[in-house]
Amino acid sequence: MLQIKNLSVNVGDKEVLHDINLSIGEGETHVLLGPNGSGKTTLLMTIMGFSNYTITKGKILFKGEDVTAMHAHERAQRGIGMLFQRPPTISGLKLGKMLTAISKTKDVNIPELAKSVHMDKFLERDINKGFSGGEIKRSEVLQLMLQNPDFVMLDEPESGVDLENISLIGTTIGALLEKDKHLIKRRKSGLVITHTGYILDYIDADKGHVMCDGQIRCHGNPREILKDIKQRGYKECLECRHP
Amino acid sequence: MSSPVNVSELSAVDKERLAQVGIDLSMKNRCGTYLQMDQDIVQAECGESGIEVLSYKKAMEKYDWLKDYTWKVVSPEKDDITRYVAAQKDPKGYVIIAHKGSNNMIPVQACLYLGNDKIQHVHNIIIAEEGADLHIISGCASGSHAGKGGAHYGISEFYVKKNAKISFTMIHNWSEDIEVYPRSASIVEENGVFLSNYVCMQPVKKIQMYPTATLKGANSVARFSSIVVSTPGSHMDLGSRAILEAPGASAELVTRAITKGGTIISRGHISGKVAGTRGHLECKGLILKDGVIYAIPEIEGSVVGTELSHEAAVGKLAKDEIEYLMSRGLNEVEATATIIRGFLDVKISGLPESLQKQIDASIDVAEKSGF
Repeated sequence: MLQIKNLSVNVGDKEVLHDINLSIGEGETHVLLGPNGSGKTTLLMTIMGFSNYTITKGKILFKGEDVTAMHAHERAQRGIGMLFQRPPTISGLKLGKMLTAISKTKDVNIPELAKSVHMDKFLERDINKGFSGGEIKRSEVLQLMLQNPDFVMLDEPESGVDLENISLIGTTIGALLEKDKHLIKRRKSGLVITHTGYILDYIDADKGHVMCDGQIRCHGNPREILKDIKQRGYKECLECRHP
Repeated sequence: MSSPVNVSELSAVDKERLAQVGIDLSMKNRCGTYLQMDQDIVQAECGESGIEVLSYKKAMEKYDWLKDYTWKVVSPEKDDITRYVAAQKDPKGYVIIAHKGSNNMIPVQACLYLGNDKIQHVHNIIIAEEGADLHIISGCASGSHAGKGGAHYGISEFYVKKNAKISFTMIHNWSEDIEVYPRSASIVEENGVFLSNYVCMQPVKKIQMYPTATLKGANSVARFSSIVVSTPGSHMDLGSRAILEAPGASAELVTRAITKGGTIISRGHISGKVAGTRGHLECKGLILKDGVIYAIPEIEGSVVGTELSHEAAVGKLAKDEIEYLMSRGLNEVEATATIIRGFLDVKISGLPESLQKQIDASIDVAEKSGF
């Protein structure tokens, strides 16, 4: 589904990601772990195609096609989608209007869909304006439900969400990733940033990667890596220069 | 002198221009009509009981007391424009009276159409008597054949009596060679509500106006909302003013301004003269192409117990907002239009749905032409 080859990325004049290699197969969900400021969000924003992130080396292949030079909307149209940790507030633009714009010609009942993630009361509100952490995540999930991407990137989907809503968000994301389907029939893939690991109760990740200082340092079973980090912190990862 | 214009003689293009400013020639959703082409009054009627739509001249003949409402809130000596209109031997314009207790949610339409004349002058008087509700849509347009320059001088005096309400929605669709000088003011009495909405998304050579609402009665309310787009060559000097003279009076002045190369001067002034008054002034401007947005918000409190605030911002479209929408599959043009549309989306409380729809429709027209 997604292949990243020798990718280096600058933000401004500074190189933030160094020589990243990552491959995510069809139906697989991977987890990206790492301390704050290690470059996880940068990697997701780069894959999505945000213009502040300049690719200086390497390439991104999606479903076999080189998307390195494509704009964000071309990548979105090919099936890449993202749940943002801190999406911008757009003054005046109502959530309902944005959903209509995203859905384009798709025949969907937006109020009904919004109700399923308890966002039906927010359709007439300016997008993200005064939304709580949990409301932002539910609005993001709702947008992804309309977009229905083949490859879903999730930037800390559980942060700021209360325990009651984690289950709602977790289950909805699970459905986006076709976790309800048998392994053989599953086509959707995902890449998830998490610090707490709560989301893993809903999405059964296949692989984990640890990012430190803009490099992917090690790979392995996500739950084992998480357990390790919970016990020992990232100290050893930071010291590990040779994955 | 050029020959008068008749509705039936209007070209399809001109009819379309009138439709764009909310003038429904079929009268389907309107309870009354005043239509003035250049200096000819084509239509002045109203089917609704309790509401009268008269030409200025007929109204003066019919009601002697109207002289007490003439040149009372706008001074004839204010400037060259008022002096010009005051000097007219044959005054034009309309008088709309919502008699005591009348209540129409269906708007009256007033259309001032500039076809061949150099200067169109009007003097309008609008009165909502005690407890009356009056909604007016005023569409001002110039003919597609104008092209020769011209000017519109308009005096409007509004009287909102005790417990009454006037909503006045004005949509302009002039052209690059027309100059427009409205001079209007209103007096709002106890518990009265005055809503003034202004939309201009089309080119104009010059427009200059600064309507003033004086809130004389306790708990009276004034709300001014303006949505304007300035194209290259357009000079728009716009403002609104509220003077709070009674306890409980409140005012809100909201402007959304976009320049695509023209000049917008956005003035605003709220004066709190007694305790227990509130006012808020808000101007947001977007510069899409090099042009000028000059916001001059003024708040003037002269007594303990008046609460006034203002908020003004001028900027460009935020890249992170555009890319956020692009990450949902919208291309850059669609994303930009969606954000601008949101920026202009000012919902006006207390406005009948049909008029809100009309405002939305004029923004739609601008959106289709790519703002």
